[in-house]
Amino acid sequence: MSWNDKLSNSVQSIAPSGIRKFFDIAAQMKDVISLGVGEPDFVTPWTIRESCVYGLERGYTSYTANRGMPELRAEIANHFKKRHNLNYDSDKEILVTVGVSEAMDLAIRAVINPGDEILIPEPCYVSYQACTILAGGVPVAVPAKIENEFRITPEELEPYLTPKTKVLLIGYPNNPTGAIMERDDLLKIADFAEKHDLIVISDEIYGDLTYNGVHECFAALPNMKDRTILLNGFSKAYAMTGWRIGYALGNSDFIGAMTKIHQYTMLCAPITAQMGAIEALRRGEKYMKKMVAEYDRRRKLIYDGFKQMGLDSFEPRGAFYIFPNITSTGFTSEEFAEKLIMAEHVALVPGTAFGKSGTGHVRCSYATSIEKISEALNRIQHFLTKNKNH
Amino acid sequence: MKELLEVLEHNSRISVSELASMFQKSEYEIEKEIERLEREKIILSYGALINWERFGNDTVTAIIEINLTPQREVGFDAIAERIYRFDEVKTVYLMSGNFDLLVIIEGKSLKDVANFVATRLSTIDGITQTRSHFILKPYKKDGIIINDEEKDRRLVVSP
Ligand SMILES: Cc1ncc(COP(=O)(O)O)c(C=O)c1O
Repeated sequence: MSWNDKLSNSVQSIAPSGIRKFFDIAAQMKDVISLGVGEPDFVTPWTIRESCVYGLERGYTSYTANRGMPELRAEIANHFKKRHNLNYDSDKEILVTVGVSEAMDLAIRAVINPGDEILIPEPCYVSYQACTILAGGVPVAVPAKIENEFRITPEELEPYLTPKTKVLLIGYPNNPTGAIMERDDLLKIADFAEKHDLIVISDEIYGDLTYNGVHECFAALPNMKDRTILLNGFSKAYAMTGWRIGYALGNSDFIGAMTKIHQYTMLCAPITAQMGAIEALRRGEKYMKKMVAEYDRRRKLIYDGFKQMGLDSFEPRGAFYIFPNITSTGFTSEEFAEKLIMAEHVALVPGTAFGKSGTGHVRCSYATSIEKISEALNRIQHFLTKNKNH
Repeated sequence: MKELLEVLEHNSRISVSELASMFQKSEYEIEKEIERLEREKIILSYGALINWERFGNDTVTAIIEINLTPQREVGFDAIAERIYRFDEVKTVYLMSGNFDLLVIIEGKSLKDVANFVATRLSTIDGITQTRSHFILKPYKKDGIIINDEEKDRRLVVSP
């Protein structure tokens, strides 16, 4: 007997991840170079690790306040005041979570009733759709266009509006495309959100990884703070993916509602990770900036590499991904990724794993060393030459 | 270009074409810039950082603190020069604090180094005192951890 039909409808309706297959193939190979990893290749800066060890030595092993340690919330408030001139009340408007992953789940569950629709520009991070469905909401994918460097515009969103549209969920800098939104782009989105009275959930986890310019925080735009649930964390900028820590900022109603779910389902974020996060905000910035400078050099190297191969890509300005168009090879995204790993042992992720509008693209992460990027580019070039007349 | 120097300091074998991509310049421009940095002695040499212990070379390294009487006109410089011209001397710094020169010496054996200090350094006019400290084990050198156990523990593919 299979227990499958006993599973909830929402779980059954979620598609399995398109990444799994490539993981299984790559895991078998010895000399594989992976451009398929969505996390930093750096380990967490030592000062952060050391402060966590020190905390453990002093016996910091208990639960913390549901909302997170007061010191950490104060540092987060301080950071947003300094960086974006945003005032968040550390008692009522900040919630420390188990990564942006949890914050995303809470934000959606806190505001969505069954049948409510969320506009989600695609391609996008894999969990936006799944979280929406699990919350009983309806994800409405809005394709972003390569001609527009995968930025989203009100004109593209407009046709997807219905009376049930409640939330706009944006994630810039973007995984998988590396796209960013400039201030002007965001201002138009802000007008759109105001006009249609939408809640905006903004996943800015890659904000610090912005190149050739500064990150524009959506909540810092005129009149946007109140209708925005701002999500951010430490995983990417501070190379802390395994620590599981992030946070949500928003008005006290939103954050209060999210805290209610959080206190019953998670209780609190790990105290060890909170200690590390405090150190990251107090003394981690210079280490973060060094990593960002290194990503920036790799970005230019890999962008140049694809350009020279004749694989179209716009210049990514954020995160650590490049999203070249591979349609000129005659392969689909999946075929390209599968044949490449088989023939050349280079792993990357087909664009379709991030939504239909990723068709014809592949995601390459440059969170790996210069040596490996160069070798991967050589192998891809070799692959293209061999499959020229495909 | 400070950033170019930082990259080269870490990896001097990186290719000109890689540097050209990373800095969005032509290979010619990168070559010219490196030539200039070499000419102006900003880049002094290209070496490899070698774990000699692992290779099996048993050299002895000592750090010597030296006190001296500065000389008219030249201060510490003349004595420093007499010292740094010896091949055995790898590093010389003028220091603030309780002593004046910090000298790092390499030799084949403890006796070898002690002998060098006694016969060649202490006897220099103007040197009033030396204190030798022998290195037992290097942990980190020029920013590189000697036996680094940290490795890439990430899954090969992740969202
Ligand atoms: C766009 C985006 N949002 C959120 C996450 C999850 O981050 P966290 O580690 O904070 O849960 C990721 C991780 O890959 C991501 O790429």
